Amino acid sequence: MKDTPMTNAKISAKGVDVHYADTHAIKDVNVEIADKTVTAFIGPSGCGKSTFLRCINRMNDTIDSCRVTGDIRIDGEDIYDAKVDPVQLRAKVGMVFQKPNPFPKSIYDNVAYGPKIHGLARNKAELDEIVEKSLRKAALWNEAKDRLLSPGTGLSGGQQQRLCIARAIATAPEVLLMDEPCSALDPIATAQVEELIDELQKSFCVVIVTHSMQQAARVSQKTAFFHLGSLVEYDDTDKIFTNPEDPRTESYISGRIG
Amino acid sequence: MNEHISSAYNRDLEAIQTLVMKMGGMVEDAIMSAAKSLETRDIELAEKVRTADKQIDALELQINEEAARIIALRAPVSKDLRAILTVLRIAASMERIGDYAKNMAKRTGTLVDMPQIAGSDAALRRMAREVQSMLKDLLDSYLRLDVVLAKDVRQRDQEVDQMYNALFREFLTFMMEDPRNITTCMHLHFMAKNVERMGDLVTNMAEQVIYLVTGEMPEEARPKGDKTAYMVGLS
Amino acid sequence: MTHKSLLTADARIKKRNAAEARFKAYGLGAIIIAMLALSLLLTSVVSTGSSAFKQTYATVSVPLTEAKLDKSGTRDLAVMKKVTTIGYTSLLRDGMVAAVEELGLDTTLSAKDIGGMLSKEAAATVRNRVLANPDIVGTSVMFKLLTNGRIDGYFKGRVTMESAALDGNTSPEELQLAQELADAGVIATTFNWAFLTAPDASDQRPEAAGLGVAILGSLYMMIIVLVLALPIGVAASIYLEEFAPKNRWTDVIEVNISNLAAVPSIVYGILGLAIFINFMEFNQSSPMVGGLVLTLMTLPTIIISTRASLKSVPPSIRDAALGVGASKMQSVFHHVLPLAAPGILTGTIIGLAQALGETAPLLLIGMVAFVREYPAAYTADAGLFGEASTALPVQVFNWTQRADPGFVERASGAIITLLIFLLIMNAIAIFLRRKFERRW
Repeated sequence: MKDTPMTNAKISAKGVDVHYADTHAIKDVNVEIADKTVTAFIGPSGCGKSTFLRCINRMNDTIDSCRVTGDIRIDGEDIYDAKVDPVQLRAKVGMVFQKPNPFPKSIYDNVAYGPKIHGLARNKAELDEIVEKSLRKAALWNEAKDRLLSPGTGLSGGQQQRLCIARAIATAPEVLLMDEPCSALDPIATAQVEELIDELQKSFCVVIVTHSMQQAARVSQKTAFFHLGSLVEYDDTDKIFTNPEDPRTESYISGRIG
Repeated sequence: MNEHISSAYNRDLEAIQTLVMKMGGMVEDAIMSAAKSLETRDIELAEKVRTADKQIDALELQINEEAARIIALRAPVSKDLRAILTVLRIAASMERIGDYAKNMAKRTGTLVDMPQIAGSDAALRRMAREVQSMLKDLLDSYLRLDVVLAKDVRQRDQEVDQMYNALFREFLTFMMEDPRNITTCMHLHFMAKNVERMGDLVTNMAEQVIYLVTGEMPEEARPKGDKTAYMVGLS
Repeated sequence: MTHKSLLTADARIKKRNAAEARFKAYGLGAIIIAMLALSLLLTSVVSTGSSAFKQTYATVSVPLTEAKLDKSGTRDLAVMKKVTTIGYTSLLRDGMVAAVEELGLDTTLSAKDIGGMLSKEAAATVRNRVLANPDIVGTSVMFKLLTNGRIDGYFKGRVTMESAALDGNTSPEELQLAQELADAGVIATTFNWAFLTAPDASDQRPEAAGLGVAILGSLYMMIIVLVLALPIGVAASIYLEEFAPKNRWTDVIEVNISNLAAVPSIVYGILGLAIFINFMEFNQSSPMVGGLVLTLMTLPTIIISTRASLKSVPPSIRDAALGVGASKMQSVFHHVLPLAAPGILTGTIIGLAQALGETAPLLLIGMVAFVREYPAAYTADAGLFGEASTALPVQVFNWTQRADPGFVERASGAIITLLIFLLIMNAIAIFLRRKFERRW
């Protein structure tokens, strides 16, 4: 692993440990994630990649037995500082989940919800603008503009996931966390979402957890391989997929017993 | 190396490896037979080399198809990806070597009726044997993923180059002595050049094996022994 | 193993299929028995109770003789009030006899017996009218008056000539005359609104007894239960489900709530008696105490159903809300609660329906008392919902204990009324669930 710290790190984690009740889910993870790139977390189930992802926007706070220690900084600010309100943090660090989970409300309300609760729009016109911008960024505007008031749950799976992405970017986050965003989608919808991720990379720091190594290879510039709660290898995606250094990475990505 | 979880994937990779080894054996044969047919003026053996080349070409085609199939179906990464890429390059190089051997066999047919140049046939055969042994070691190193051996093979190309240099001067001398030798010498020189090119191809293959194992092409420059490009005459 | 032809079933398959067919038959049998029991219950209740919604009235002209009703002749109410219903009874008798004579009907009955064909309640009806409007004294006024229970029973088929012959309170001659009066249009059977609006009546006058006070009392209690149990129950469930830390204490609370739901309702009655009446000194028999007791009883039901519907909201919705930066409370109130609302409402209405049909605890807090006065929602004396009242199920219980066969009919009628209210509430529950149910 490269020891030299990146100069433009958006997120930097040092010595992060996560405990659930009596299991040690994350063991001393150190990672620096660059802005305006897509970073993929890969690894077998239960390796801690999702847990680590959820540390970045403190979604683990909702689990009583979960304890996070160590230091995670976004733009140099310790997000686990007592002064940090997780609600504010989550506006800055958006999240897209495994299963498309639009609210059972209209498409418009889905996207407008975040800006509304954070007071990002002063009037209806501004809100309309945010909604349109977000839907455009999520490549859903053309499909959804004529049915903004119909329920978001009526969209197809891929459209729902893009709606969730639009909802996440409506609060103008700087970091976008995606927890296996395509695992419930068909290949075409997956391709559309991947294309979108490629596009989003220009404006956000995107961190994606994926089970599909091909997907990690396709969309990310940096890849981190987690195994049994440890960060085994973190490097350029090209390097990881052509010539990984750690035999555990090698075994995992090439589908070997290891 | 650990086994893949998918045993069919393992079988695919083994099958393509077997094809490469089979092709390697045929190419080794072709090199030696071509040199031998020249020395013994054995037209039949020369003819065999030419027909064997068709089989080598067919094998290369088969390897290409198999590799394409694995890429399409298994999406290989890291070591597996390098293995497939290496297979493709090695097969292409060996096919080229086969072509050179065929070319030598053709020229043997022409040379049968021409006067012999003393010592040149044997020298060519020594050169061919050197290349053949390089190829054999190369195939061993490929099979055993032996970087040390591959690096050794890569160094040995220098010897082939030196042999070629020597032959080049020799042919030049013969041609200067008697212009009637020119035709023969020209043919022989092309054959020597073919063998020298074979050596280069084996070197390329050795570099592929190093890439296969380490993931990186060797950085240091390969020692070059072929100086004929700069020769203006006997000096 | 080699397979035999698929076209012939082997012994194992046959046995398995037979077992399956048997099981289906058992299930079907169970359902048929249940349906039979239900229809038997309904038919018996409806057949005895439906007649409570009809009532036989005699329309007669009553001479309101001034000499009897207002001895002072000044229409002084204080004087007129001294004339009791006994004073009116003779006037009614005269009216009835006049009606019989006018029609030229031949009867062997005495004038007393002819007058007795009217209900004892009839005199009170006339008296109330006269006191309300003293100016009608001295004229003859047409009154629609209750006939007595036996005559009423005769027109509903409950009393026959044979049973009347053995009955001290009536005679075949009376029934004969009643029949002739009915043919002449003096006596008629009409829909009995008074059953739903009138208060209870004494043991001798089943024909006058109504559910008015009971319905009002039940309504008051339902209002109290709804106003108290719904917010408290929902708040408690939301706290337990969404906010409370999961530890031993919440486990204990959870188990206790489940246990409370299984506590026999009469225990809540004792609790109510001890706390609300003896300790807090609320009025006995008041809808306030009844409502509080039923609230306690309904709370566990509402909490359990609310928690179940909160649990059924997929966690992905909470994640989604938290993910865009909603606070815990925003995620609950903006997203989880609306999705759980149909379930909560259904649970609440079913809890209310259960409370509406509850008898035992109300008996203990004295709601079984005989109440003739409509309870007011608020009075300065008794406070909010503090006046004595009864409730629908208690009224049923009460009537079934009375001797007069007329009350059997009334009790069944009350049961039908109660069942209709329950049906309406369940229909509302189903309607709300259908209307607000979201699919995701």
